[in-house]
Amino acid sequence: MFKKIGLKLIFVVSVTSLIIIGVYSYFNIKSQTDVLLAEVERHANQLSDAVKNGTRYDMLFNQRERIHQIINTIGKGENINDVRILNKEGEIIYSSDKEDIGKMLDKNAESCYACHAANKPLERISIKERTRIYRIHPDSSRTFGIINPIYNEESCWKSDCHAHSESAKILGVLDVTISLSEVDRQIKQSEFKELIFALISIISLGFIISIFVKKWVDKPVNEIVKGTNKVAIGELNYSIKQTGNDELGVLAQSFNNMTKKLNEMRLQLFQSEKLASIGQLAAGVAHEINNPLTGVLTYSSFLLKRTQDNPEFQEDLNVIVRETKRSREIVKSLLDFSRQSTPKKNPCDLNEIVNKAESVVLNQFKINHIDLIKDLEQGLPQIIVDANQIQQVLINFLVNAVDAIGPKGGRITIKTSETELSPKGITQIKNASCPNGHNLIDEDHRIDGLPSIKLKARYGNNIGFINLDPVYGKDNNHYGIPVHKNKTIHLECPECDVSLTDKTTKCPECGSEIYTIIIPGQGFLQGCLKINCKWQKWDFVDKGGKKKFIELSIADTGCGIAPENVNKIFDPFFSTKGQKGTGLGLSVNWGIIDNHNGSIAVISKLGEGTMFKVRLPAGQKE
Amino acid sequence: MGKNIIDILAIDDEQVILDSIVKIGRMEGLEVDTSDNGLSAIEKLNSADYRLVISDLMMPVMDGFKLLEELSLRNIPTPVIMTTGFSTFENALNSLYRGAIDFIPKPFSVEEIISILKRGLKYADIINPPENTPRPAEEITYVPCPSKYHRLGYSGWVYCAGRKSVVTGVTDLFNKTIDSIMKIELIEAGDHIAQANYALKIETENNMIHQLYSPISGKIIARNEKLLEDFSLLEKDPYFEGWIYQIEPIDFENEIKNLIPCCSDRV
Repeated sequence: MFKKIGLKLIFVVSVTSLIIIGVYSYFNIKSQTDVLLAEVERHANQLSDAVKNGTRYDMLFNQRERIHQIINTIGKGENINDVRILNKEGEIIYSSDKEDIGKMLDKNAESCYACHAANKPLERISIKERTRIYRIHPDSSRTFGIINPIYNEESCWKSDCHAHSESAKILGVLDVTISLSEVDRQIKQSEFKELIFALISIISLGFIISIFVKKWVDKPVNEIVKGTNKVAIGELNYSIKQTGNDELGVLAQSFNNMTKKLNEMRLQLFQSEKLASIGQLAAGVAHEINNPLTGVLTYSSFLLKRTQDNPEFQEDLNVIVRETKRSREIVKSLLDFSRQSTPKKNPCDLNEIVNKAESVVLNQFKINHIDLIKDLEQGLPQIIVDANQIQQVLINFLVNAVDAIGPKGGRITIKTSETELSPKGITQIKNASCPNGHNLIDEDHRIDGLPSIKLKARYGNNIGFINLDPVYGKDNNHYGIPVHKNKTIHLECPECDVSLTDKTTKCPECGSEIYTIIIPGQGFLQGCLKINCKWQKWDFVDKGGKKKFIELSIADTGCGIAPENVNKIFDPFFSTKGQKGTGLGLSVNWGIIDNHNGSIAVISKLGEGTMFKVRLPAGQKE
Repeated sequence: MGKNIIDILAIDDEQVILDSIVKIGRMEGLEVDTSDNGLSAIEKLNSADYRLVISDLMMPVMDGFKLLEELSLRNIPTPVIMTTGFSTFENALNSLYRGAIDFIPKPFSVEEIISILKRGLKYADIINPPENTPRPAEEITYVPCPSKYHRLGYSGWVYCAGRKSVVTGVTDLFNKTIDSIMKIELIEAGDHIAQANYALKIETENNMIHQLYSPISGKIIARNEKLLEDFSLLEKDPYFEGWIYQIEPIDFENEIKNLIPCCSDRV
């Protein structure tokens, strides 16, 4: 019936307030009525007593005229319908309405049944029982009647007139009836007021609710709807502004979080798809190009043989053969790139690899007037690498450096050294489990390329997943639920929901609660549950002390890399060398070093030179 | 039996390759027939005798692997050299494992193709001695490789000598397909070589260069320095004294699966 939340809310609130106001009004009017009636009753009772007392002496002295007069006078009073005195037989002796005098009332008449209802007249009745409310005609206003029995007393039977015998208990009844029209009018008025009040409150409630619903519900909901529509048409970097702190705000934040994640995943997918398709493309291209290259190579060789006596031809043909062979090498590197081979690792001496790589490109150094400075640290520990691949990495770097320096000459510095780094920030957590032995490593969700630690997180009423950075001491966690700074969350195993909170210790930095994750065979990892506290402790690796790394840096005095290109240099086919390069060298390097669990850093200044820093783990067999 | 024997059947879907091979053949005085797909090649092989087949790997209708299968099904003994533009080591290993005698990646130079064809023809003559021709004065026979050895194609062998090292060399059959050796080029000890990558260069008379694939990947622990001084070691005792490299293999268990056990030759 109601499609909008606002209307539904207004309907529900209106019905509720209608019920509340209705019930309130009912009791209010009822109590008002009761008060008014009590007042009328009291008034009537007083009046009735006044008449009884006022006529007492006249009764005793049988002054009937005077009694008539008194009753008439009182009966004329405002709102007083009738004042009547009945005798025991039910005959109206006195009445403010002259026509009633002498009429006989039976026991069922309004004035009588209070006492005579039980067929045997009561002798004493309470004031409540003496009153009655009735209507003379169904459409006339209500009438309030009170009867006042006139009891026999000594003076009545001793009096001169001897009108009453001593045995009678009740001599007659004084009946006073008062019109309730005024009371009814007042009640009607109150009822009307209550109705108006109810209407006004419902209207104003509806109005206020609709304003706030618009502000708090409609607007943010519309924003979210707009956002989902944007995402639906592919605009994944759309984020909802002005989110607020209420549930809808949290929803909007979750939405933003979701689109951000979607966007990241799309980019990742896109990147891997791009690489895969480039690989396929490269393989295809290599295959297709090799056939025509065979033609060129063989036919130019024929020509070489046939023109053996023409040195000019020979020279030109040799260029063709040489260049074709170069093309062959380029195509081969394309094929190598498309084929993701696993490194074949052996313990090697990095300095030896450097020397070998140097001998390959030495000629190029001479041609381009490049000085090579080798600063190789002696006695480096062995590294477990694929020597051929590392040599290829070095050659790629050196060729790049030569190209960057150009024909004007320059300097290339190769430096090897051993460094020690604390395990924090570099040690990857490769296994993790909950106390019940469930594996927490999430291969699908990667942080900086490494499988993360997946945990169930409770924050307020939200339950979701967070993915911890698998690098010890690094805090690049991915939160699947919205969280706020300086708040603590609760972590559980995603499989068995066992709490990972460690009640026995507190974070030494901020005093919050901490979590404990078991690292099978390598102790356990502790960390702070407060969102922005980065405290982590992994005794097992901390005890192992600093980890050894071999660093290799290749610095040139070449043209440098433009800042806008720095993050593109490892992309396949990105090249600034135009026709001279394939754009594969550095991407191949990245792949190789990544395969060796190493890292590459690049520092470059336009016009001054570039330095590549390769870091490889030293002598640690897994 | 009066049947004309054609030297080479070249199979490729690229005309320029076929033309090149025909031209090279003519230059060397060889008769070359061509076929642009595997199916028609099978027909030709059924109707005529060829000494040697050189075939592309990736072809429409019937690819090189399928061709090798068909030949063995039909008991056609003509040896096959495989070539492809998609020259990965996997393709090389696969071709050799499925019965090709050699593998040459495209693009090849004239020298490379000539040396491989000459070797192939000699191989063919040893395995399928020409009928109706008087036996040569000196009968060409060869010593098959010992049964514990494994071979890559017909040329290279590997033998697991100890727990941590293997020895590689060339087969006697290979020796018989080349002329007398003028020069041997080896890779330095300490270097790494990979399976199905070139590991040995032999120069023979007439400036022929023969390149050989390594049957296994690993680090070269030692090389046979005696061999470099005395080439005759290779011819005299190719399986023991004429060894070439001692290698510390990287993935022997898996790589051995790509090789043909020599014991299978002695059935």
